[in-house]
Amino acid sequence: MLKKIFFALFVRPLVLIISGVHVVGKEKLPLEGPCIIAANHNSHLDTMVLMSIFPLSKINQVKPVAAADYFMKNKYFAWFSQNIIGIIPLKRRPTKEEGHPLLGVTRALKNGDIVIVFPEGSRGVPEEMGTFKTGIAHLAKEFPSIPVVPIYIHGAGKALPKGEALFVPFIIDANIGEALYYTDENNKAFTTRLEKSIKKLEEVYYKV
Amino acid sequence: MVSVEAGIVLGFILVALVVATILIYVKFPTQELKDRMNSWWVIIGFFTVGAMLHTTTAMFFFGFLSYLALKEYFTLIPSRQTDRRVMFYAYLSIIPQYYFAGIGWYGMFIIWIPVFLFLLLPFKQVLIGETKGFLENTSRVQWGLMMFVFGLSHLAYMITLKPVEGHSVGGTELVLYLVLLTELNDILQYLWGKSIGKRKIVPKVSPNKTVEGFVGAFVSISILAVLFSFLTPFTWLQALVAGMIISGGGFVGDVVISMVKRDIGVKDSGNMLPGHGGILDRVDSLIYTTPLFFHYVYYLYY
Repeated sequence: MLKKIFFALFVRPLVLIISGVHVVGKEKLPLEGPCIIAANHNSHLDTMVLMSIFPLSKINQVKPVAAADYFMKNKYFAWFSQNIIGIIPLKRRPTKEEGHPLLGVTRALKNGDIVIVFPEGSRGVPEEMGTFKTGIAHLAKEFPSIPVVPIYIHGAGKALPKGEALFVPFIIDANIGEALYYTDENNKAFTTRLEKSIKKLEEVYYKV
Repeated sequence: MVSVEAGIVLGFILVALVVATILIYVKFPTQELKDRMNSWWVIIGFFTVGAMLHTTTAMFFFGFLSYLALKEYFTLIPSRQTDRRVMFYAYLSIIPQYYFAGIGWYGMFIIWIPVFLFLLLPFKQVLIGETKGFLENTSRVQWGLMMFVFGLSHLAYMITLKPVEGHSVGGTELVLYLVLLTELNDILQYLWGKSIGKRKIVPKVSPNKTVEGFVGAFVSISILAVLFSFLTPFTWLQALVAGMIISGGGFVGDVVISMVKRDIGVKDSGNMLPGHGGILDRVDSLIYTTPLFFHYVYYLYY
């Protein structure tokens, strides 16, 4: 409930009206879980953009995977991250007794949630894509029937770059691609395929 | 409240909308025309509620319009990471500009952007300290402010104008007159061009614009300007000249914004208005007609 109110009154007006999001390929966005959304990551805004392009009625189902060491660093921040944003905390360097790092994500997918994953791992250099980690491939292998939807976000790193506190409004583009499924391949091949599909969505914005 | 004169014209627009919608859905049901028609309903609905009913609401309405146009422009132009802060102040300058318009402080309204922002924004760049690309960014940002904030805000100032002695119509009616004729000019240029257009007028910038379209709209708008002059204190001759200013200015505004889009390499400035493109694609001609028409009226009557 709190999450819905926070998104209806704060995040959505900020993202959709003050900044503005231009969605390309809206029909390719799955409205029912379980599914995995994979996007490039440059800004805290990325999560907010991806969560705002889903209808408000679905917001409780949409859960971003986020680094536990950053988003759970103190108890107030942890409460906010878990109850208001609804993140699935991911330990970047898990210890043995904490179990499999992707356990929380697996549980959410079994629960039919829409899970947002940033395969680059962290926000990196503004408006540049880093190398992809193989986490999504592990998930896709475990759930071969779940679609992995690639989305390229453009301009969020300009509106709110890493390390800057001042938000300056610009229209942000979200380019949605065709869903991918895990087939008979290895994790590395799947990750490459995913990376290529997001790079392809990126090309539109850098043609001369 | 809406005056009788404005009420008549808004009623006329409503009838025209209904007729055009039926015509499009029955005779030319292409998706593009339908989208464009539906967007017209939205634009006219917002304009009527936002600008026609109350002067204070109108300040917020036009201020927000400036903001949307400026944001589209800032998104399109190339910029460096350090320009974000300069652009932030450019956005903020919208608030005082519309405040000065709202309280009718003419002196401040007319110099806030061309003098104060023009002199001080470069200093903000000095404080940031990125020397490379200074001139490019200063020009781009100032140009955007002049077009989308200074230019458009004349609509807001115009709406605060009181009726001239001996006339019942004031600023609201002048704005309605100007916006109606500017938008009709766009539509008529398109329709005249579609039906008899042959010779391209600016082929490199806007290949769809024709001499026939321009002349057809110029003559039609001049006549319409006289017909609708009950919204203004104009004599018929003054109205005729107003029509010429609006038609000519609207054409120039349209092709200047096309020039910007050509330079950047996009077709539409955005997608807020399906069938039209972005806000810039719709307000392009208004940016030129508004200050030109405002200063014409201001010179004649205020």
